[in-house]
Amino acid sequence: MLGYHFGLAVRSFRASKALTALIVVLMGCGVATCMVTWAVFRATAADPIPWKSSQLYVPQIDNFGPAHNYQGKPPDLLNYTDAVTLLQAHQARRQSLLYATRWSVVPDEQQRQPFSLPGDAVSSDFFAMFDVPFRYGSGWSAADDDRRTSVVVISSALNQQLFGGANSVGREITLDTHRYRVVGVLAEWNPSPRFFDVSSSGYPFSNPGQIYIPFSRAVDLQKSTSGSTVCSGDGSNPVTAGWDAFLRGECGWIDAWVELTTPADAEHYRQYLSNYAAEQQRLGRFAWAPNVRLRNVVQWLDAERVVPKASKLSLIISFSFLLICLVNAVGLLLARFMRRAPEIGVRRALGASRQAIYQQFLIEAATIGVAGGALGLALTCAGMQGVGLVFEPQIAELAHVDGSLMLATLLVAIAATVIAAFYPTWRAAQVQPAWQLKSNG
Amino acid sequence: MMQIRPILAALRRHKAATILIVLQIALTLAIVSNALFIVQTRIVHLSRPTGVDEAHLFVIKNEWVGKLDAAQVDAQMRADLATLRNLPGVRDAFASEAYPLGGGWGWLESIKWQPEEQRHQLAVIYFADEHAVATFGTTLMAGRNFHADEIGRIGLYDTAAPAVVIITRDLAQKLFPDGSALGRRVYLTGGPTTIIGIVDRLQGPYAGSTTRSIDDDQILVPAYLDDPARCDYLVRAQPGQLEAVMRAAPKALLALNRSRVINPDGGMIALTQARVQSYAGDRGVAIMMAVVCLMLLLATAGGIVGLSSFWVSQRRRQIGIRRALGATRRDILGYFQTENFLIVSGGIALGALLGVAANLTLMTYWELPRMPLGVLLLGAVLLWLLGQLAVLGPARRAAGVPPVEATRSL
Repeated sequence: MLGYHFGLAVRSFRASKALTALIVVLMGCGVATCMVTWAVFRATAADPIPWKSSQLYVPQIDNFGPAHNYQGKPPDLLNYTDAVTLLQAHQARRQSLLYATRWSVVPDEQQRQPFSLPGDAVSSDFFAMFDVPFRYGSGWSAADDDRRTSVVVISSALNQQLFGGANSVGREITLDTHRYRVVGVLAEWNPSPRFFDVSSSGYPFSNPGQIYIPFSRAVDLQKSTSGSTVCSGDGSNPVTAGWDAFLRGECGWIDAWVELTTPADAEHYRQYLSNYAAEQQRLGRFAWAPNVRLRNVVQWLDAERVVPKASKLSLIISFSFLLICLVNAVGLLLARFMRRAPEIGVRRALGASRQAIYQQFLIEAATIGVAGGALGLALTCAGMQGVGLVFEPQIAELAHVDGSLMLATLLVAIAATVIAAFYPTWRAAQVQPAWQLKSNG
Repeated sequence: MMQIRPILAALRRHKAATILIVLQIALTLAIVSNALFIVQTRIVHLSRPTGVDEAHLFVIKNEWVGKLDAAQVDAQMRADLATLRNLPGVRDAFASEAYPLGGGWGWLESIKWQPEEQRHQLAVIYFADEHAVATFGTTLMAGRNFHADEIGRIGLYDTAAPAVVIITRDLAQKLFPDGSALGRRVYLTGGPTTIIGIVDRLQGPYAGSTTRSIDDDQILVPAYLDDPARCDYLVRAQPGQLEAVMRAAPKALLALNRSRVINPDGGMIALTQARVQSYAGDRGVAIMMAVVCLMLLLATAGGIVGLSSFWVSQRRRQIGIRRALGATRRDILGYFQTENFLIVSGGIALGALLGVAANLTLMTYWELPRMPLGVLLLGAVLLWLLGQLAVLGPARRAAGVPPVEATRSL
């Protein structure tokens, strides 16, 4: 029976080529537009570390107070005092501080020009927390943190540039004016969105930094952040009096991360943060009640509004477009099906049940949907080439066609066409055989 | 207007199809008007002039290697600037920490009229010297330029406290709407200062927002910012010399002192390039909206053609009867055109409401101003024209139905 209905569908396409083609083109365009924007949205809204995102948290402490914070929210970044306290308290399984930096790499050969690269100053737990893959060597130890050792972990790209890709563990490089011993070389690592320093570096879709040195060493060197610094506007800040005053002052510039295995651990840590803020209130540093937050990766990316507005806007616009195509298809399918009222009348008169009519027309719609999906697939692939025209190159290259997207294209096209066919099919099934036969006899 | 009543009667027989087309027109108008409006705001935004001589300006993003102290940075910057200004083909140059279209929020400063006031006006600082106005290529509208002996030094963690400043026309207007800004004393975070000059238009480094209101409010602070990490040199070339100067400048600077980094990729940028990068997002959204508008209009036109053809084929016999009873071809054509006009008008009425609702929603989530009604009107006219154009083919076919059709059965 299915085969027979399918055959009928193909026969009817031949009978009304233009109308069929119009519906196929509409569904193809509508679905392709949605899929292209969905591919971009999916890339920007992705969970960059799905196996661990519910165990990694960003603590926030309001050191600005209700008069100077933004809409009652604690600042995104910690000041030095709070950050170091959290690091040394060891209340989490792992904890890491980091801030974005920029380093000049001075090659040993005199004739080669220095160049500069972005990196992060991080504490030792960073590599284990974020499951950073190594090609050679490893990160440094907590003892290196404490001793403020001059060690460095470099990217494989930088290793290629400086050492021709050889195992450089134990070799030395010059950053700014200091020598650092290489302890590790990263393998390819590009979590996207780059969640771990998003609030410091401000842009989550560029490649990660290429140079990692101990946080404690960078602070010792008075290495200023290349990312954001946000100071309380209370006017009493000693930020104008040099590095030490900056460290003591109420300026947020450090990203903190803690790893908490279970929800109970997270609850415990939240309590610890609250107690810490209450203690600061008792000591007179905060003149306000504790205002702390603890967000996991997904909540943090949401709070930081990582998904570009243009991506959300384009998703909304393209789904509206699909909706209009759908409404359009309902009208055209109605026209298609009602044109065949005489045929329906004859079939009913010859004994076809209402159910058979339903089946026939829904299968016809699904067949159109398959054709629309195939066209949609081609248009999606073509549309992906144009993503670069609309989005920044860093975002455009994240979006890609894969199996699940192709499957989704087909399914959405078929589902949309079948849904569009419900009302026209119902109307077709209502055709009175006697009336049709009489009036067209 | 001859046959509205019979048309309405006929449409009542096709409620579902009519409602579908009305709905489709309404949705199309709602989306097209908003999309066109977004295109328009983006185009206005990205074609704003910066007020500087963009065609001849470029920026050298200089990074210092090693930890220089403030005095060393200052001396090095002065030496660099002397070298740059002496290069053949260079018109002028100065050092700052930001440049128009460079990105970043800029160095925000709040200006008060009286020291104890709560009320303040926000503006963005450009660090400058006596060459800044000439390098930007903006014009000094009133007052005087800085003197060389007024150029101070400021550390990275200092608060700006210059004795004199030059401000933009836009900021002067906001501070003193009566036009008396020149020579007035105002209060920066660091202390009092006197406005000695007013320059014409000069845009700030941040260009990302379509609604931020202080993009044209700049203060030129006469100082070198002694940032031990980096500085930006703004260089204005003589006409036709930009490329030659961009090749020569980094060589000259490196010859002067090698402990610096001017990255081969991205260490220098012409302002025309900065404009392209800075507004890439706006251009992208505008392109996307324009494409969606076009596709939507085509889809809607396709739908109208399809349904009208269906109606024509269904009514061949009735058309034949009308023709046999004396209706001319023009009457039949007019019938379908009027019918289309009525349906589209219904859709436009509903779509205008939807469009305004969509705009209000977008205003709360995105930086969009209120949509002027002109855009809706433009969308409506587009749809009316589109409807008439789409129905023309089927209507002509209907007009071609011969009267003898009345005697045939389908």
